[in-house]
Amino acid sequence: MVYDVIVIGAGVVGCATAMELGRLDVKAAVLERDDDVCTGASKANSAIVHAGFDPVPGTLMAKYNVLGSRKMRALCRELDVPFNMCGSLVLCFDREDMPRLQALLDRGVTNGVEGLRIVEGEELRALEPNVSPEAVAALWAPTSAILCPFELTAAMAENAARNGVAFFFNSGVTGIERREDRWVLTTPAGVFEARAVVNAAGICSDELHNAVGGAPLTIRGRRGEYCLLDRKVGSLVRTTIFQLPGRLGKGVLVSPTVHGNIIVGPTADDVDDKRATETTAKGISSLLSAARRSVPSLPRGKTVTSFAGLRAHLVREEHDFVLGPVDGAPGFFDAVGIESPGLTAAPALGEYLAGLCGNYLNAAPRGDYRPGRDRVVRLREMSFEERAALVAENPAYGQIVCRCEGVTEGEIVDAIRRSPGARSVDGVKRRTRAGMGRCQGGFCLPRVLEILSRELGVPMTELTKDGGAPLLTGSLREEGEA
Amino acid sequence: MTTHDIVIVGAGPAGLAAAIGAREAGAQDILLLERDGEPGGILNQCIHNGFGLHTFNEELTGPEYARRYIDRVNELGIPIQTGTTVLDISPDRVLTCTSRENGFEQIRAGAVILCMGCRERPRGAMDIPGSRPAGIYSAGTAQRLMNIDGFMPGKEVFIMGSGNIGLIMARRLTLEGAVVKGVCNRSAYSSGLKRNVVQCLDDFGIPLMVRHTVTEIHGRDRLEGVTVSEVGEDKKPIPGTEQYISCDTLLFSVGLLPENELSEQAGVELDAVTGGPTVDDRLATSVPGVFACGNVLHVHDLVDFVSEEAARAGAAAARFVRGETVSSGRRVSLRGRNGVRYSVPQSVDPDTMPEELTVRFRVADQYLGCYLSCYVDGVRVSHKKKRIMTPGEMEAFVLRREMLGNDAREVVFCVEEA
Amino acid sequence: MAQLELTCIRCPMGCTLRVTLEIGAVTAVEGNRCRRGAEYAATEAVHPVRTVTTSVRAVGGTRPVVSVKTVPEVPKDRIFDVMAAIRGLTATAPVHIGDVLLRDAAGTGASIVVTAELEKR
Repeated sequence: MVYDVIVIGAGVVGCATAMELGRLDVKAAVLERDDDVCTGASKANSAIVHAGFDPVPGTLMAKYNVLGSRKMRALCRELDVPFNMCGSLVLCFDREDMPRLQALLDRGVTNGVEGLRIVEGEELRALEPNVSPEAVAALWAPTSAILCPFELTAAMAENAARNGVAFFFNSGVTGIERREDRWVLTTPAGVFEARAVVNAAGICSDELHNAVGGAPLTIRGRRGEYCLLDRKVGSLVRTTIFQLPGRLGKGVLVSPTVHGNIIVGPTADDVDDKRATETTAKGISSLLSAARRSVPSLPRGKTVTSFAGLRAHLVREEHDFVLGPVDGAPGFFDAVGIESPGLTAAPALGEYLAGLCGNYLNAAPRGDYRPGRDRVVRLREMSFEERAALVAENPAYGQIVCRCEGVTEGEIVDAIRRSPGARSVDGVKRRTRAGMGRCQGGFCLPRVLEILSRELGVPMTELTKDGGAPLLTGSLREEGEA
Repeated sequence: MTTHDIVIVGAGPAGLAAAIGAREAGAQDILLLERDGEPGGILNQCIHNGFGLHTFNEELTGPEYARRYIDRVNELGIPIQTGTTVLDISPDRVLTCTSRENGFEQIRAGAVILCMGCRERPRGAMDIPGSRPAGIYSAGTAQRLMNIDGFMPGKEVFIMGSGNIGLIMARRLTLEGAVVKGVCNRSAYSSGLKRNVVQCLDDFGIPLMVRHTVTEIHGRDRLEGVTVSEVGEDKKPIPGTEQYISCDTLLFSVGLLPENELSEQAGVELDAVTGGPTVDDRLATSVPGVFACGNVLHVHDLVDFVSEEAARAGAAAARFVRGETVSSGRRVSLRGRNGVRYSVPQSVDPDTMPEELTVRFRVADQYLGCYLSCYVDGVRVSHKKKRIMTPGEMEAFVLRREMLGNDAREVVFCVEEA
Repeated sequence: MAQLELTCIRCPMGCTLRVTLEIGAVTAVEGNRCRRGAEYAATEAVHPVRTVTTSVRAVGGTRPVVSVKTVPEVPKDRIFDVMAAIRGLTATAPVHIGDVLLRDAAGTGASIVVTAELEKR
């Protein structure tokens, strides 16, 4: 198959790039190693839209953080992605550290972040009533926001797909070579050719970069562990609360999520294995204690789940993204070392990378570009009347499947039928929240499997949790399935 | 909006028995709402036997026990609306429900009986480090996959927690050809019934690893194994005692939690220990006209006790809708101390309570040869030696009205050494 | 004379019973803290039996399997023989509680009896 552009990796950067490519008159495709969008660092992070006071001025991180942050609200509105500009606080626990808090503010101003202010006393407590009495001051960043990273990635992929971008899953690139004026990519799903390639392969992006002859780069996974707390305690925090890095370490953040939970994390430890998303006893146990320094009333025993993600951390002196053309590799464009603030930067990175491809190919804008994506039905957000009308129209919206999160059969069917759609239990979970509640799928798993089997026409015993091995190991009574 | 005298949320063992109890106490207009496609609740997947010894004096399987109640409900002409999930209950007893057949609707109830049952504590709540592969289920989910849907969840299984569902599943999986590598349990004794330990584990040579817990989960794609460690007196894993057990499936049977999200929406006050509503001797919650029974109230060990409790809740609701509930306004609180974790009910009306009321509770630890005592306002009124009391089995105490006298304020149950 | 050890299941105590058997009859029980232990040992040591509960494949019904049990109980050491016999059975919906799917399963004399209602699809 020959394409104008191939994007490698369907994480948040790959899908942002794909969406922007959808605006151009090019034949584009996305190749993804796993069976869904958003399976790497894009799904396991703090879910924060950073205001942009953290990166060192003049870096690509600073530039694209601020650009991305400014684009995000409108993008989320266009794509109907849960987004909440809740603001963030960086807590300072020691008067002696105030100069460093001020330095952070100054850095933000240099980066072009708007609305930054240092707040203290009653003003701080008004913004965040449950903040620790030991917090003497905080940097308030009103443009900081939270969103659902999975929905953002899926939504951008859906927009790309409706504008002609093809998605290939279970298609990790195992080989890349230059042949005449194009790149030839080998994958388990076949050989693909493209005139331009975008390397958005996340944790493996160094390997692709090195394979096309770029100056060698090395990525090491920097693991971040998180705990997600029950919605019952979700009202304890209103803003994203960071801790000013200090003598006690880098600190952890406590933040509401757009779904009403509280997220606590991350830890940071470097691992050699690029799939080592295991949590550790030390990590999990340290998180809540560290978070209680910011919010002492965070209760123990309210963890719904814990998880870990791997930041694509470049091992080198300079702490920055590697973006754009690679010397000696025409039409090959990098997005390497995309760690925090990568999620925030993604929309801006996508625009930049697609622009590079467009220029390289002399591509014209697409004439029939369609913004947005297909409507997302979220019954639990609807009024009684809206909901009643919808159920009357389609009874599947009346059948609750996930009790904890109130997800209906209709919403699950929608998630499977979207393009790209869910094909696994976790694919359904990430799109609909079925199984994300406090029982963690205990009740709905069998029903979700049934719906997946019916919609995809795949036997129950072939369905997976998240790609990979089947969940069920066989039928109890083989011929029983009539 | 439709209106019914009594709306029962859940048609499992509690809901079915509550409906019958309400009808037998004279209520006419009763509606049962059930979220599953069939009535019977969790009993439908409990295909093992051992149900009903107290009620029917015979050993039935779960579906057989449920069927006796379903048949009776049908005989009485009480409607069961299946496939219907209640999304909200307001403090003034308006239920918002959704179903495929009737769509989105609201129902006004003269009285509501909460019979939602309980759910299993999931892996996430355990804080077990490691990976998140396929092959990890709560024991009840695996039970449903096998007994209702007809699928095998795995081939080599380890079970964390020796709750009854975990024990039953150890046998069930073994009968179907899976290899159950072991069952571990943090405390020094199984939290399940002795009979289940013998007939589900010992019969098949499955080891019960007491004072052990899973400390790490391995495998990226499918589960490959678990690390199991011994736990010390402080209930924490002892470093150096780790052993690796290879398995493709891990089941959790680590406790049940009453499912009270709806109760909370209705404004019902919950007991921090049971996780269920606080109720009085009529099984009335803190919200007028809202009653609770079965596992939503407190997790029972025997379904027979659920049925008995639910019948009383049904009768009380029937009296409430007839306006017969006379309360003197007096309240005697009931509580547990020193080894008795809680008491259900949490209070009684000394003037209107029955002559004899069975109070149920669980103890905090295993006690051999200790006394179960009852104090009324600090005066011991009962002191009975018990050969054994254990957290896995519910204890009962028959409280007689005469014990309370004229001005009692507080009844305390406790474990005493002598 | 033979000795064996059992765990009594009559109460949560779970006494370890040391049972002495002579010519297939219990002659002594030790370790029991009450009378019920001796009663339990008398049958469990000589002729242990169990009710086997499992599922059989179902065709034409609303579910792919339907639950069954053995009536009466079967000898404990024949459980897997009975399972093998059950594995070959098929129930055609509708079936009702009490329906007998097989008599004298694996020569134990026990019937395989349906324990749940299964409607036609």
